[in-house]
Amino acid sequence: MELFWTSIAGILTLSVLSFLYADNPFYKAAEHIFIGIAAGYVFCAQFHNVFIPNLWTPLTQHGELIMLIPFALGSALFTRFFKGIGWISRWPMSVIIGTYAGLAVIGFASGDLVLQVQASLIPVFVPATIDAFTTNMTFVNFLNIFTNLLFTVGLITVLFYFFFSLEHKGGLKHVALAGTTLLMIGFGAGYGYTVMTRIALLFDRFYFLFVEWLKIA
Amino acid sequence: MKREIPILITLIFGVFMIIQFFIPHPSINRIAGTLQEWAIVVISFSYVLGSANILRINGEIVYRRGPDWPYKLALVLAFLLMVSTGLFGGIQEGSFANDKLFKHIYVPMASTMYASLAFFIASAAFRAFRIRTWQAAVLAISAVLVMLGRIPIAQDIWSELPDVVEWIMNVPNAVAQRGILIGAALGAIATGLKVILGIERSYLGNE
Repeated sequence: MELFWTSIAGILTLSVLSFLYADNPFYKAAEHIFIGIAAGYVFCAQFHNVFIPNLWTPLTQHGELIMLIPFALGSALFTRFFKGIGWISRWPMSVIIGTYAGLAVIGFASGDLVLQVQASLIPVFVPATIDAFTTNMTFVNFLNIFTNLLFTVGLITVLFYFFFSLEHKGGLKHVALAGTTLLMIGFGAGYGYTVMTRIALLFDRFYFLFVEWLKIA
Repeated sequence: MKREIPILITLIFGVFMIIQFFIPHPSINRIAGTLQEWAIVVISFSYVLGSANILRINGEIVYRRGPDWPYKLALVLAFLLMVSTGLFGGIQEGSFANDKLFKHIYVPMASTMYASLAFFIASAAFRAFRIRTWQAAVLAISAVLVMLGRIPIAQDIWSELPDVVEWIMNVPNAVAQRGILIGAALGAIATGLKVILGIERSYLGNE
């Protein structure tokens, strides 16, 4: 039986890979099955992880009738399917948007903004890095001398590139240019890293096909 | 009624999410916690709405024998199979929905789709990317170095290459990401406040 399910996985893997040649019925079928399974899984996950413990159990076992409010709000989402009363679905939408907006303000402020700024408030030069370079003259130790400088001054140049209240001309043009250069290094590194991650994933799929399924390697 | 109540609901939920952070009093935390619980339930209904929509749209196409209807039928059947086994048998480890459908259908296809993106981003870069400015050259060099540094022969090309790549990832790349993150955080905070205060109302639609 295990071979049957492994073969299903193998055939579906080949079907998805077949898109590299051209769009074809095998890929289309796999794509639609994928969407169906994914949507069904999300539905079941919400049912077991949210609907039952957060709504059904409090309502039926603990008698928390106040939970009828989120139940009514959630059900109101389905008024979208009816033309005349579709506007009622804005109420539950507002609950979602309001909660996300409130959590985003606090989450981004405390989790990203403050922490990232705080992490960049560091000494520009660390004498220990110069000592490390003089004792062990490697290229990486040389680069390490500039690490903190990049995290402080470099970050300011990156942020300045996005600051459009001042025209980027004269000396400021060079500041923005330094920021652009750092951004380009970042984008390049991000691109290279993404490609390599996908390649690693591809090797994993080939390993599955040739070793785990077909057992020919 | 159609616009004022949604704006008021957004304001109440948004404000309580913010003040629970600044005023961690038990009564405030209790109200904010309850509102958050309600929001989680409403969000779960939105997933049900999305699934219902998928069924409605694809079911209609199958019923009318519209374009690509056999594929839509496969989608509907896959959805119903997952839902019927997942709802009654659960989706925990050891269940049919998890061990067979999720691990042998969803996971292989998801990872293959991500893996095949390697070819598409490489070919897209090959077709669209031209080194015309020195910034483009910096981007290309950085990308090539990172790719070279993460293969086994990197050490043979230059013994320090893996360490240099690590430095690129941890320093200049982190600086760029940090700058973008700070900008994105400022944008998210501003947008969040605009939504809560009712200045940004596009989510209500035009009517």
